[in-house]
Amino acid sequence: MERKLLEVRNLHVRYNTDEAVVYALNGLDIDLEKGETLGLVGETGAGKTTLALSIMQLLPQKVGQITGGSILYDEKELLKFSVKDMLALRGDKISMIFQDPMTSLNPVMSVGDQISEVLEQHFPELSKEQKSEKIDEIMNMVGIPSSRKVEYPHQFSGGMKQRIVIAMALIAEPDLLIADEPTTALDVTIQAQILELIRQLKVKFNSAMILISHDLGVVAEVCDNVAIMYAGEVIEYGPIETVYLKKDNHPYTRGLFNSLPELTRNVDRLEPIMGYMVDPTNLPAGCSFAARCDRCMDICISKKPPVFSDGAHSIKCYLYQHWADK
Amino acid sequence: MTTPLIETKGLKKYFNTPGGSLHAVDNVDLKISSGETLGVVGESGCGKSTLGRTILRLVDATAGEVLYDGQNILNFSQQQMRDVRMNMQMIFQDPFTSLNPRLSVGEIIADPIEVSRTVRGRREIREKVRELMDVCGLPERYVNTYPHELDGGRRQRIGMARALALNPKFIVCDEPVSALDVSIQAQILNLLMDLQQSKGLSYMFITHNLCVVRHISNRIMVMYMGNVVEVASRDDLFSHPTHPYTKALLSAIPTTDLSRRNSARQILKGEVANPVDPKPGCRFNPRCPYATKSCQEQQTLKEIASGHYVACSVFAG
Repeated sequence: MERKLLEVRNLHVRYNTDEAVVYALNGLDIDLEKGETLGLVGETGAGKTTLALSIMQLLPQKVGQITGGSILYDEKELLKFSVKDMLALRGDKISMIFQDPMTSLNPVMSVGDQISEVLEQHFPELSKEQKSEKIDEIMNMVGIPSSRKVEYPHQFSGGMKQRIVIAMALIAEPDLLIADEPTTALDVTIQAQILELIRQLKVKFNSAMILISHDLGVVAEVCDNVAIMYAGEVIEYGPIETVYLKKDNHPYTRGLFNSLPELTRNVDRLEPIMGYMVDPTNLPAGCSFAARCDRCMDICISKKPPVFSDGAHSIKCYLYQHWADK
Repeated sequence: MTTPLIETKGLKKYFNTPGGSLHAVDNVDLKISSGETLGVVGESGCGKSTLGRTILRLVDATAGEVLYDGQNILNFSQQQMRDVRMNMQMIFQDPFTSLNPRLSVGEIIADPIEVSRTVRGRREIREKVRELMDVCGLPERYVNTYPHELDGGRRQRIGMARALALNPKFIVCDEPVSALDVSIQAQILNLLMDLQQSKGLSYMFITHNLCVVRHISNRIMVMYMGNVVEVASRDDLFSHPTHPYTKALLSAIPTTDLSRRNSARQILKGEVANPVDPKPGCRFNPRCPYATKSCQEQQTLKEIASGHYVACSVFAG
């Protein structure tokens, strides 16, 4: 078996706010192999972005606190890295694409200079000409004429800005790319362009990727495996082909599928998930989805379900208890 | 034939900008009958929201007519408009900015009732507000809470209760579920469809989400840069999309259907052109893979099958 690139084990993160403690991640596990693409799906407040920020060690200082667990990157414990070590790692080995291309670029710096910053940080040995050459190369790769590198972010459209952000993230050829809702702010035809670009570049650089999205469709397009998150835990994990069969699913995943109107099938009524997201300041003792679950049993309220697995497919739900006997 | 509830004829809305005239809505003809949902789809900047606002006279039209029940409301006086407005309401996209943060839920919903004086007397108004909250699935205990205390789904329910307060016949829904999570989105879509059935409402449903529009609409209109490029019944549009833009749009939708996963996708090149002083002819033509010389002429909607209109000189002759 190939060596794991990333192993997150039993990660607990909380935000200490003035009013209450928000439990954002509650014992989260994920694995990622080299070159793999993992989709991370969940609704607002599921903890998707918190996980990304924890890996990057970019949680808001003082407020965000990792209270337990480990994050092994290439068998090294990231939680023990110094600030300096992290600076060297970020942008070089692990890069991130943020959701909003409109606000993640510096408005008073030309896009070429912004891409160049990554090179200055991680490849100070390159000459000016070599840097300029690399910038031209990556801009052409993401589909922007390199003559536009002297322009500023406001001169580009949303889709173009996202291409520049992707160029910045990929110029150091990272081993791991974390894309946090990279296409959410874009129109569908532009989204299709960007997804295609991400797919091509990932193959070219052989990077592993975590794609964070609330859109099950986007994840199906790009990813090998998918992890469904709810209230700071992965409640279902498996290859796309298994999870999207819609045969064996966590009740929450099934609820998500049933909530989506489909393109090829007529349904008179959608079947939404009852109720609202659980309050992250006040988590229940048992399964955090129990209150909204239509197949909730007594044991779900009293005890947190462990992971039950059938091959590569695993579900945190007592309905799949029989898998444990396999 | 019966008069449609809402009809526009040659409706135009141009904005004057320093760079020239921005053609947000250009020559739009549409009809919405009583009890029908017309879906309006298109990408950012195609003029779908401006169209909705122009129909409700929230912005003044540059030219054309908007007929409500056969009468052109664009030359109505303010007094006449006030009466018509009761029948035409709007649900906004962003439940975070479309509610007054300094009014309680009850006050927000009571506001249109008090202004229009359709119900008089404090107790009667309170009773009406309670009824509206109930219809929209808001528990009564929220009557004195403020919008910031509630999440997006519940806020959108307040917006709906407010829109229903005057018993309208027609509601423009401008991306009402775009800001919501999928599980909440499904709740709101179901509520909109239930209300339509029980109250016989007509909707103009503006969205960029094609799965949602397919679910809720009877007929669908596709817009590109202020022009209508295709109108058809829901099933026709999805089974026989004809305009190259419609085809590209449908092909770009990411789907959870595994059988479609690796099918070849038609990916459009380029981006939407500048809508300021556009060139004559088909506005999609710079991105269109099938563009010919004839595309530089003015395009009009032609009926290619019963009720299916397409504005394309290549595919609709």
